[in-house]
Amino acid sequence: MIRGILPVVFAIAAGILVLAGYFIPLPFLTDLRTYLVDTAVILAAFALFVGIFNLLIVHWNKIHLKQKGMAYSVVLIISMVTTFLLGLVLGPQNVWVSNIFNYVQLPVEASLMALLAVTLTYASIRLLRRRLNLLSIVFIVTGLLMLLSTAPLPFLGNLFVINGVPLLSGYLRLFIAQVLAAGGARGILLGVALGTLTTGLRILFGADRPYGGK
Amino acid sequence: MSLLGLAGAALVVVSGILILGLPLVRRKSRPTFRNIPAFTRLRQAIGRVVEDGSRLHVSLGRGALTTPQSASALAGLSLLRRLADLTSASDKPPVATSGDATLSILSQDTLHSATRAAGQAAVDPTSARLTGVTPFSYAAGAMSVMHDENVSTNVLMGNFGLEAGLLTDAAERENAFTLTASDSLPAQAILYASGQEPLIGEELFAAGAYIDTGPLHTSSLVVQDVLRWLIIAAILAGAVLKLVGIL
Repeated sequence: MIRGILPVVFAIAAGILVLAGYFIPLPFLTDLRTYLVDTAVILAAFALFVGIFNLLIVHWNKIHLKQKGMAYSVVLIISMVTTFLLGLVLGPQNVWVSNIFNYVQLPVEASLMALLAVTLTYASIRLLRRRLNLLSIVFIVTGLLMLLSTAPLPFLGNLFVINGVPLLSGYLRLFIAQVLAAGGARGILLGVALGTLTTGLRILFGADRPYGGK
Repeated sequence: MSLLGLAGAALVVVSGILILGLPLVRRKSRPTFRNIPAFTRLRQAIGRVVEDGSRLHVSLGRGALTTPQSASALAGLSLLRRLADLTSASDKPPVATSGDATLSILSQDTLHSATRAAGQAAVDPTSARLTGVTPFSYAAGAMSVMHDENVSTNVLMGNFGLEAGLLTDAAERENAFTLTASDSLPAQAILYASGQEPLIGEELFAAGAYIDTGPLHTSSLVVQDVLRWLIIAAILAGAVLKLVGIL
């Protein structure tokens, strides 16, 4: 019984104290808020070790049970252990450890980013097939207009010029980006902020308990 | 306390009172919300997961708990709990992936609570995974889960970046149902183009109310609507006051 209640009491108390520390300018509350947030940051750093250990177990099980894609798991475990040991022995600033990041991790992530460009182009084409409605058409047309107005377009770029300002890369792009898109983005962000507020309050009331559940 | 601080505190207190008070006032009548087809299709997909013995995959993104992006991840965790309850009769437990270590621990705890509530044996600790700590390593790890583990339904809910496009593409290739929601604007644009059932803006935080997670989820959605109308009124009043030269 107490085992179930204690985490809830601690979580709610910590939440209320941190929140009060933001609104009530008392030195005691501000110090307590800083202390609690710092403690959370330290705990999060320890959580990283737990998470990586969990990742290791997942891939070890894959190898042990000879599951589909176990070859990738072997590569992952060897890379993970090698990088960890090198980092531990030589230190994170060492040239070998930096090279692993610069010549292995970075190019792999950059190639995934490049793949994303192709994926998104294909997704935009598929969008009209999947959801042919006014919003999808507006989305595609806006995307195309923004691409055209940002691209150099050696001959077409200065085709329509009004008062020395190109129509496409000047007026139209600014109107879309700074009026239509900025207005829409602010509306979405206001909605997200309201959702964040109510989600935080639900956690504070103990209605949602991701830390020990109910 | 500054005037802005006072206004912020008042907003939090009033919202809190409304969230707690509304379920007491409206005990019998349940508010009606507009139809969001994505949630209807999610329920159908959950039914299929239970029937055909496939797996549900919930990916919670990379919103660390110590950052302002944690709210979307917490909304995702709340949905994970409800979906784990709904799929408790399934042969395979849901699998949760994330790109943040604190989130992976919380998702493990959430799945553990759902399993305990359903009276089942202990949950497999590898059902909740940290698939990577950088955006693309996280995506690569989550993609392999979609590919290798007989996943038929994906729920991507949390803070994502551009890597969300790779996740939806992987889900599409596996012919799996995918519901997507993020609090990040670039991710929302990508998910709108590539996701099967994208949720826009605050719809992310409405999930709990739409899949009957509890009365406080319903009342918090009503409070969001009330606050939205107040903001609209304030913006319009500000515009009119500016127009007449008072502001």
